Amino acid sequence: MGYEPQADFGTPRIDAAAEVSLTIDGRAITVPEGTSVMRAAALAGGNIPKLCATDSVEAFGSCRMCLVEVEGMRGTPASCTTPVAPGMVVATQTPRLEKLRRGVMELYISDHPLDCLTCSANNDCELQDAAAQVGLRDVRYGYAGANHLAEVKDTSNPYFSFDAAKCIVCSRCVRACDEVQGTLALTISGRGFGSQVSAGQAGDDFLSSDCVSCGACVQACPTDALNEKAVAEIGKPERSVITTCAYCGVGCTFRAEMRGEQLVRMVPWKDGKANRGHSCVKGRFAWGYAQHKDRIRSPMIRESIDQPWREVGWDEALAFTASRLTAIKAKHGPRALGGITSSRCTNEEVFLVQKLIRSGFGSNNVDTCARVCHSPTGYGLKTTFGTSAGTQDFDSVEAADVILVIGANPTDAHPVFASRMKKRIRGKDGQPGAKLIVIDPRRIDLVRSPHIAAAHHLPLQPGTNVAVLTAMAHVIVTEGLADEAFIRERCDWDEYQDWARFVADPRHSPEVLEAVSRVPAAELRAAARLYATGGSGFGAAQGRKPNAAIYYGLGVTEHSQGSSTVMAIANLAMATGNIGRPGVGVNPLRGQNNVQGSCDMGSFPHELSGYRHISGGATRALFEAEWGTALDSEPGLRIPNMFDAALDGSFRALYVQGEDILQSDPDTKHVSAGLAAMELVIVHDLFLNETANYAHVFLPGSTFLEKTGTFTNAERRIQMVRRVMQPANGAGDGIGKEGLEDWQVTQALANALGLGWNYANTAQIMD
Amino acid sequence: MMNTAPLIRMANDIARNLAAGGQDAAISGTVQHIRDFWDPRMKAAILASDRAGLCPIAAAAVERLAG
Repeated sequence: MGYEPQADFGTPRIDAAAEVSLTIDGRAITVPEGTSVMRAAALAGGNIPKLCATDSVEAFGSCRMCLVEVEGMRGTPASCTTPVAPGMVVATQTPRLEKLRRGVMELYISDHPLDCLTCSANNDCELQDAAAQVGLRDVRYGYAGANHLAEVKDTSNPYFSFDAAKCIVCSRCVRACDEVQGTLALTISGRGFGSQVSAGQAGDDFLSSDCVSCGACVQACPTDALNEKAVAEIGKPERSVITTCAYCGVGCTFRAEMRGEQLVRMVPWKDGKANRGHSCVKGRFAWGYAQHKDRIRSPMIRESIDQPWREVGWDEALAFTASRLTAIKAKHGPRALGGITSSRCTNEEVFLVQKLIRSGFGSNNVDTCARVCHSPTGYGLKTTFGTSAGTQDFDSVEAADVILVIGANPTDAHPVFASRMKKRIRGKDGQPGAKLIVIDPRRIDLVRSPHIAAAHHLPLQPGTNVAVLTAMAHVIVTEGLADEAFIRERCDWDEYQDWARFVADPRHSPEVLEAVSRVPAAELRAAARLYATGGSGFGAAQGRKPNAAIYYGLGVTEHSQGSSTVMAIANLAMATGNIGRPGVGVNPLRGQNNVQGSCDMGSFPHELSGYRHISGGATRALFEAEWGTALDSEPGLRIPNMFDAALDGSFRALYVQGEDILQSDPDTKHVSAGLAAMELVIVHDLFLNETANYAHVFLPGSTFLEKTGTFTNAERRIQMVRRVMQPANGAGDGIGKEGLEDWQVTQALANALGLGWNYANTAQIMD
Repeated sequence: MMNTAPLIRMANDIARNLAAGGQDAAISGTVQHIRDFWDPRMKAAILASDRAGLCPIAAAAVERLAG
């Protein structure tokens, strides 16, 4: 599509069941109760001038540009702060309003640089648009009076600049930092004419302040005061493509805004269901690697790892790789070959890699980093709930009354979701927020940060997750806090009783386990009661059961007792009836962008796609019929065991897509020894990473900006990844001349092995 | 043959994790885990080992696998 800024309805969407009908400029419209007149007008196709209003933050009512007339109402109320009412008749364009708005705009422009033609926001500036909209033609006051035009520009932030001379002090940036991001790094310092946006304390600039560079302020700014440096350098975007971020498991949706083949900026998409228009520094600004000079753009091969690399075309690289794989397989058997899928790649790419290994290499030696980080989630949740995924979407946090965070640090690792969580904890419109329990050895930001304070922090000893959760279960069972009606209706009563007897054993009491966990028993008891009951203030006033949600991360799963901890979490949720409605549940916070998807696609050595065990004859028969080849019925090797087997000589060739195992896997010496022992290591990646030091073949990969497919985020939401630019790995005169997406590389390798794959696009793979 | 030290450690970890369910269930669970998740050469290696470092539950499980 061509470039258009995303529509701005002025004030946030209201989710109310009751509706209100009114008339705006002669047009009848019905909107949810509580909607602002401004938003209603926008929904009716109108466009009331505005400067301080934007639909990512609550109405503020300061700029006085959005004034309207309402029949029967005195004066000219601001449409952003005026809620709709039944039968209301609104006029948004009258001679009186035109005069008022023009007068206000005249004041704004009297203290604003008149350099529109050379301004980086030219034609993408709400101040410019509003001036045109109100028909401002001249400024009666002149420009010689006191003004802010000589203010020094703050260029300290590497991604955006702040130009106070162009700031209209609308507070949109301050409110975005407060309400959307929750960092509260910005403020308006001074009074009256001296008012200006300030980052941090006096003497701070943006870089030295608490600003985390999420970009919410830049997105909210209606002028060039806050603008991306890339826009100033490259120019206004010409088109945009909606795609999904490739960093973490939140799965933020972005508008990739392009000028030709050049990415100008990534702007969070307001309709994104995971991020709801917000972003973090990585997704928003850290995409420079896609066009980095160190990227490898041509395939490379070498006979042995002590030789220099030799750049070749795709045809030669694939033929070299296939001949080596075929020779090793012929000499040592199919179980000498294997590969590793990537949780950074798309579902379709992961599916093809595991298919290549199972049906082409002929073994089940396929593994993934997602097994290391979240297989306890898959196993634990499948055992307890029957499906290997969390129970909620991210929106659910908005309905939580109690939030328990264990083994996760969302503000650092999942910042966009953390912002939503913090918003819920802060509360809104005078209503109390959710109460917070943090179980973590570290004093993470959530324990105490501006307007956030955990009701309970249980600083347990590392390795005692199961002990602490069992002690919480002990309190819930022995103090009669379990939800028996829910358990009888939704769970297995006999199994519950077995569990209840086990956790109620005195040896599992907080007082006994304090010696192991070092969590004060009284604090643990209080946390357990809060989780189960919503706290002493929760009761008849709410007229409903409290909603308690558990969020966990790698502090739970990357332990030898990870599966037991996940099951303990699930048991707590079931025992207290916190499953099956918004605001509750068990929520794994996945690490990489496609951890959930890479597991779903069949990346484990013992399971085919959909978590179906390889030993099942009926399951294998399905895949054998589809793929036209027999499959090994035995589980394959996991990554560490691949290195064990390499050292004993029974594992000799490895295809690694999108993972730097030498840097990311434990026991580096073991990894390097295993890699060095192999006859063939194929690295398929963007950069010449550490693992590539041990590789014989380097296949240049494509970034998420260069490919089409899907990622599955932590909610198990499957989202589209859309190609916005040509893959940068074009090489040779044959296949791959124009560049290849990663799934095309895997398919080309499969075909070099004689498998005869003919997927025309990623949709065919998904189908 | 694969180095058996990591395999013995893993078998003991599995056995210890399942021990809370009682000895019989733990032995059965350990047997099933090894069948479901271990590559054939790993199974062969632990069966061929002297089993010296195995805890009683893991040793019983390996004995059952051998049978």
